[in-house]
Formats: sequence, structure tokens, C-alpha cells
Amino acid sequence: MSHDMSDDKLPQAHDASDAHGDVAVTDNPFADPGLPAHQPRRTDIDERAAKRAERQVSLMFLVSMLATVGFIASYVAIDPDKIVYIFPLGHISALNFALGMTLGVALFCIGAGAVHWARTLMSDVELPAERHPIEADDEVRADVIEQFKTGAAESGFGRRKMIRNTLIGSMALVPLSGVVLLRDLGPLPEKKLDVTAWNEATPAAPIRLVNMNTDEPLKAEDVAVGSLTFAKPGPSASRPAGLQESDEDFQQAIAKDALMLIRIQPDDIKDANSKALGFEGVLAYSKICTHVGCPISLYEQQTHHALCPCHQSTFDLSDGARVIFGPAGHPLPQLKITTDASGYLIATQGFNAPVGPSFWERSA
Amino acid sequence: MSSSTSAKQAAPASTRAKPANKAEAAADYLDGRLGIYSLAKANLRKIFPDHWSFMLGEICLYTFIIIILTGVYLTLFFKPSMGEVVYNGSYAPLNGIKMSEAYASTLNISFEVRGGLLIRQIHHWAAIVFVAAMFVHMMRVFFTGAFRKPREINWIFGFLLLFLGFFDGFLGYSLPDDLLSGTGIRFMEGAILAVPLVGTYISFFLFGGEFPGTDIVPRFFTIHVLLIPGVMLGLLVAHLILVFYHKHTQWAGPGRTEKNVVGMPLMPVYMAKAGGFFFLVFGIIAAMSAIASVNPVWAYGPYRPDQVSTDAQPDWYMGFAEGLIRVMPGWEVRAWGHTLNLGVFIPLMLFPLVLVAIAVYPFIESWITGDKREHHILDRPRNAPVRTALGAAWISLYLVLLSGGGNDLIATHFHLSLNDITYFVRVGSFVVPVIVYIVTKRWCLGLQRRDKEKVLHGRETGVIKRLPHGEFIEVHAQLPQERLHTLTSHEQYEPVELPAETDENGVARKVGLVTKTRAKLSEGMFGEGSQIPKPTVEEHQEITSGHGHH
Ligand code: FES
Repeated sequence: MSHDMSDDKLPQAHDASDAHGDVAVTDNPFADPGLPAHQPRRTDIDERAAKRAERQVSLMFLVSMLATVGFIASYVAIDPDKIVYIFPLGHISALNFALGMTLGVALFCIGAGAVHWARTLMSDVELPAERHPIEADDEVRADVIEQFKTGAAESGFGRRKMIRNTLIGSMALVPLSGVVLLRDLGPLPEKKLDVTAWNEATPAAPIRLVNMNTDEPLKAEDVAVGSLTFAKPGPSASRPAGLQESDEDFQQAIAKDALMLIRIQPDDIKDANSKALGFEGVLAYSKICTHVGCPISLYEQQTHHALCPCHQSTFDLSDGARVIFGPAGHPLPQLKITTDASGYLIATQGFNAPVGPSFWERSA
Repeated sequence: MSSSTSAKQAAPASTRAKPANKAEAAADYLDGRLGIYSLAKANLRKIFPDHWSFMLGEICLYTFIIIILTGVYLTLFFKPSMGEVVYNGSYAPLNGIKMSEAYASTLNISFEVRGGLLIRQIHHWAAIVFVAAMFVHMMRVFFTGAFRKPREINWIFGFLLLFLGFFDGFLGYSLPDDLLSGTGIRFMEGAILAVPLVGTYISFFLFGGEFPGTDIVPRFFTIHVLLIPGVMLGLLVAHLILVFYHKHTQWAGPGRTEKNVVGMPLMPVYMAKAGGFFFLVFGIIAAMSAIASVNPVWAYGPYRPDQVSTDAQPDWYMGFAEGLIRVMPGWEVRAWGHTLNLGVFIPLMLFPLVLVAIAVYPFIESWITGDKREHHILDRPRNAPVRTALGAAWISLYLVLLSGGGNDLIATHFHLSLNDITYFVRVGSFVVPVIVYIVTKRWCLGLQRRDKEKVLHGRETGVIKRLPHGEFIEVHAQLPQERLHTLTSHEQYEPVELPAETDENGVARKVGLVTKTRAKLSEGMFGEGSQIPKPTVEEHQEITSGHGHH
């Protein structure tokens, strides 16, 4: 690759007239005429105008002082719970409003005063200053390179190859200790993402579906056609009281175990597999979106579409929760449900696929 | 007698002249320890050019300072803990509800600590303004070519500050552990899980086990208040040292050259203006925080993984990442017992790439021009049409993706179909930037043509004259020499040409692919159709002295 090929294509450097201030007396109409003469401001020539500007600046600083006093007074006097109506802001905290406005005025006036002072009373004569090239000249460059070479030669770094190579090797490896030390940040994933509390359910030891809001076990007739019912796992061997909000690991558990139940006329269910997993048209799907894991909360009863509010993945619940729009990559997992002797909805096995967002090890 | 001489020898008087007053004495004291005179000699009257757009960088600096000041205040009250408590405070709607200490202490800051709500709001508002100002500041530098040698490294520093600013904003947003921030963290978990091979491991190490666990808030807190701000502070100082060292760029104009800088001295004018401006910015943000509420976490409630609020929106600067993730089709590849979640992984990779495209631009441009000289005079955007058009195209892509990220808001506010917006964004991300590129480039060329017209034929005066033979003409006034100089002083590159097929000896030359690409790009940037040749002195003389000039 030749760099030099373009050198003559670079634009010409500027006209040599960088002796600013000189009026170019060439016949070149585009030449730099130099810095324009300074135009005095009103305050430069009229002492009365200057005095007025001075008073304006002081007034702003004075307002700032008053505002700070107002800030302290508001802090002491206004009850934090007090709500006031201010048009057009509506009902807002009186303390927040008073503190913010007084602080705002106190700060703004200092700034406005300083800027006004600079603009009206300080000199506005523009001055030129020389720039110096950033790059060192050739002599300095040669000198430094020479010094470096001397240093490098004295270290023997280039000559003693074995030292050099082992040094590079050790430096390359030593940061690994830092990476290894991060290992205990958390446990290994193992199969944890594949299982939920529902996996504990067996035909011999089923788990009841418990209404999320009422904490009561659900019967099939509790699930109305066209409504969305949220459920969580009831008592199981490892959690005899069922999943409770007071449980220490409630957040982790509910992030995987949450169910949404809907009821569809059995004839309207398009997917035979999905129909078989339900009970008389009651279907239990994971509430956790398979995209990146938001809980799904919007259900359209006419179409049986469920919409995730985060990125609008839309699932057709009458067709095995197939994705019909949006960025999710696979259907919502479904839970096989039936009823026990007393008519309560129960699960006898886990979800038909891992719940939540996809991950590398996910096989289903 | 001998004793007095020896005393004198032990403490010889300083050779320095007596200080005239206390202030001089204090300065002398400091100079003896810190060498302040030599430091101040070069800098006290250092020249700063004046242009309104230079304040954009100042806004970044000042909001950063405001964020640090308010952030320190907030750490005094905030408890970065996921320990569970039952809320019992002055915000009645949440009384008796279980929540994390992080969320409870955020409520406490908002309702019980006097002024706490104000500081929280200032912190958040300043963060929003900070990122916005960095964006606009960077655009200013980009469109004026201020990133060229010797400032490329400072461009990178600035880019890193923007990137870290994004990231720290996201972390800060996540700390209160409210319903909205928890949803953001869930998003992050899903994105991490989409990483092939190591995703689940990173997720488990980050969360200390399964999502959400109890470690995430304290961990984010340390990163948000210590690690990232520390790095940013270092970058910022380096950025400013370089600004100081390089001196400001300036616009072309009479008396302004590549070898000087024209403006006002640091002391007093710049000090007063810049110092004053800090207070203006702080004052405005304080007033904004008093009247406009941002992120009212109490309205969302504590985070629970099975609940969500409908307007789940990140802060605007994360909006384009949100847009990428929303409009991406849900592609998943399943093979050999593994799942590759392209629908999430591709946006995850594109997000930084869209940003990095801007970071590397200075190096690409300087490679194409082959220009190794220093540049201190700014380009007018119209005089670099390809660069300007590229920048505009990038911004349009950003905006298209942002509208994808807010598709639900757009749909409800303008009564549009959400699906249509998503389809539009899918196509628009590819089409809109191209259209914007073409339009912007033409626009620039039009402006260049108009400048040329003005230089050669003068400015339209609006005065209509009737000539003796009855024709009406508009009188054009010659521009003063200052204007002529300003309008014609910009540089114009010529496209690189490939070396001749054969060298002097008639031997075929090998031209590498790199050289060819470079010539192509250079042709695209500076060839015909990418710039209007600027008027020459001869053209001007011919028109002004010749007849037919009106
Ligand atoms: S998490 Fe449901 S669409 Fe993204």
C-alpha cells in the first residue's frame, strides 16, 4: 500500500498570510484580511450604561442570596407530607417544589450574574495566540529514540530471548487468577433452568394449582371463559405450605413457577396436543415470556391472543401458545393439568419445556 | 559580630522582591511548594475561542459534576440491600407491603428525607441531560471534523465516556428495585442467557444463582457508584487535559489560521462565562426537578417477577437497544441439544456495533484522505458532504430504532397499529438511512453551490433596477473581503488516483486490494458529484471585471 501516492492530492495549505492583523494588499480578493477591528460595546463608551450593567449583575447575586435564605426557610417550615395544587403541574409535593425552585433560582442567578458581567463589563477584545505543533521536531525525535535504544540494549531484553519469552508468558497468564477468583460469585447453572417447582409433581403426589390472589386452591369452574387467572404451586413435599410470599426464595420461585390459566371452548382449541394437556378447555401456560422473561399480562378473549407488554411477543393460546408476532422464538411452555377426587385442579408432572428465556443448553 | 554573620549564613534572605500584599504572599508561599507561577504563566491568559456550540461539552462536564455531588448525597441514605422489610412509612398506598430495603430506602429518600426527592430528581435529570449533551457534543465534533488529527484519541475518550454513561445510567435505573427497574434487569438476564456457550454461567455468576436472587442490587451499587464513575473520572480528566493541550478548534474567518487561536483569555472572561454557566446549568436542572417528575418509583411498586407495568420503558438512551430487541424476528436455532437464540443475540451484538461505527470513523476518514497534517480550523458541514450525510444517516437509524423501542407509546398516542410500526421499523432500519444519506448529500451540495454563487455574483440585495433598455434586474452586492475569505478558505481534497498500470519501465504494477478500496472510497468522498469545486480567484476576477456583470 503506497501512502505517497496521494500526497499531491492533498489540498494546498492555507495562504501563507498567517501574519494576522496585516491587511493583505494582494490582488487576491479571497486573501485573509486579518483580524477585524474591535467594535466597542455600549458599556465600553457610556459610563452610565456600565453602571447600569454593574447594578444588574449585583441584583442577580442579591436575588441568589435571597433564594438561598428561602431554601433554608422552606426546609425548616414546610411539612414533607404537604401536597399543593399548582397549575399546570397538578398536585405536587410543596416541599419538593419550594426547595427545587429556590435552589434553582439561587444557582441560576449566580450563573446569570457572572455571564452578564463577562458579557457587558469584561473586555471583549479577541486576541490571537500562537499554536505550536504537537509533534516534536526531528532532533528531539532522534534523541529520544537513541536514548530508548540505549536503555533497551542495556536491559538485554532483545538479546536474552528466554527471559523475554517467559516474561511475556507469565504476564499473559497472571490475569487468569483474577478471572478464576470470580468463580465464587455464584453457583453453577447445572440443570436449574430446566426445572421448576412443578417438576416435583407426580401422579402419586400431585401439586394443586392455587389462585395467586386469593391463595385458595382452584377448581375448573373457577376459571371463567374469557378471563385470565394467575396461579402458583400449592403444597408439595419440599414446600408443605405451598409457595408463600414470605418464603425466602419467593422471588426466584415465582420467576419460574407462575402460571396463567385460561378457558377455551374445547372445540376452539386448534392444537390437539395442547388440548390433551388441558382439562375440559382449561389450559395452564407459563406466565413467563419465552423472549427475555417478562411476565405476560394482556389477554384478548376474542382471539385468545396473549401479549407480552415488554416487546409485544404475541402468543396464540388456542394453538399451543404459538408465537404469532414479535421477537419471542418459541411457544410458551404448557403444564399438564387434571383434577383430583375433590375436583381441584392439579398438576402431575412438570412443564412440557423449560420456562423463560432461551439459553444455550436448552434442548427442548 | 561573628555571631551575627553566622546567623545570616544560616538563613539567607530570599532574593525575591517583597510581596505587595497578603494575596501575593500567599501565592509566593504556594509557588515555593507547588511551583504555581510557572504553571499559571502559560495558562492564566490562555485563549479560548467563542462559539455557542462549545458550551455543549461544558454541559457534559457540569452535569457530570452535578451527578457526582447528588450521587454522594444519595449514598448517605440509600441502602443497597435486597433484605426484605415490610414498608411502614409516610407513603400510605404501599404501607404493609413487603419489599426490599433498597426500594424501601428509595421511598424513604423520596418522602421522609427533606429535600431527598429533589436530590433524587436532580440526580436522574442530570443523568438524562448528561447523556443527551454527550450525544449532541459528539455530533458537533463529528459534523465539523473536529475529530481530525491531533484529536483522534480524544474522540475515543469521548466515545468511551458516552458508552460508560449509557451503562452507568442503566445500572442506576436498576438500583431502586421497583417494578420497572426489575423488568429492566430481567431483560438483561434474558440477553445474557442468549449468549452461546457461556451465557448461563455468566448469568449465574452475575446474579449469584438464579434470577433475581439477592446479590444483584449490592453488586450493581458498587459498580454504579465506584467502578464506572472512577473510570469515567479518569477518562474525563484525560479528555480535558487533551482539550487544554490541543487548544480549541475554531471556525474559519478573517485573522484565523491553522497556526493561531483567536478568542478571549481564560482570566477573566472565560472563567466568568464558564464558571457562570455551571450555575446556570445547575439552576435549570434544579428547577426542572422541582416541576417535572422523572421515574416516580412509588407509582410502580416493588419488583415481583410475575408482575409488570404496561409502559415498561427504559430511559431514552437505551431506547435504541430496546428497539433492536423489539423489531428483531424471533429466530432460534436448535441443534445437537443446544439452542442458539439469534432473536436476542443479534441485537445484543448490534447494539455496541452501531456505537462503534461512530468510534472508528476518524481513523477510516484519515486513512482515505491520507492526510497527516494537523487540523484546527473546523469544516462547515456542507463542505464535507459525504461525512455529513453519513452522520445524518446514522442519526436516522438511531431514531428509527428508537421509535421501534417506543412502538407501544407511539401506537397508543397516535392510534396506529403496533404491528405496522414494527414492520415499518424492520424495513425502515435499512431504507431510511439510505434515503437520508442521499438527501443530506444533495442538500450539502446545493449549499456549496449557493456559496459559490454568492462569492462570484455577490449577495442579493432585494433592490430591483430597471435598465435603460427596459430590462429589470436585481442588484447584487459584492461581498466584503472578510466574507469572501471565509467562504473560500476551506480545503478541497482530490480523489486518490490509482498508480498507472505500468511503471516507468513498462513493467506491470501490482495494485493491492487495499489500495483499490481506498481509491474507490476516496472517489466516493471527493470525486465528482461529492463536492462542488470552489470558486477560483481567476473566475472571480473574470466576472467582476468583465462585462455582463450586473
Ligand atoms: S419479554 Fe416478552 S416480548 Fe420480550
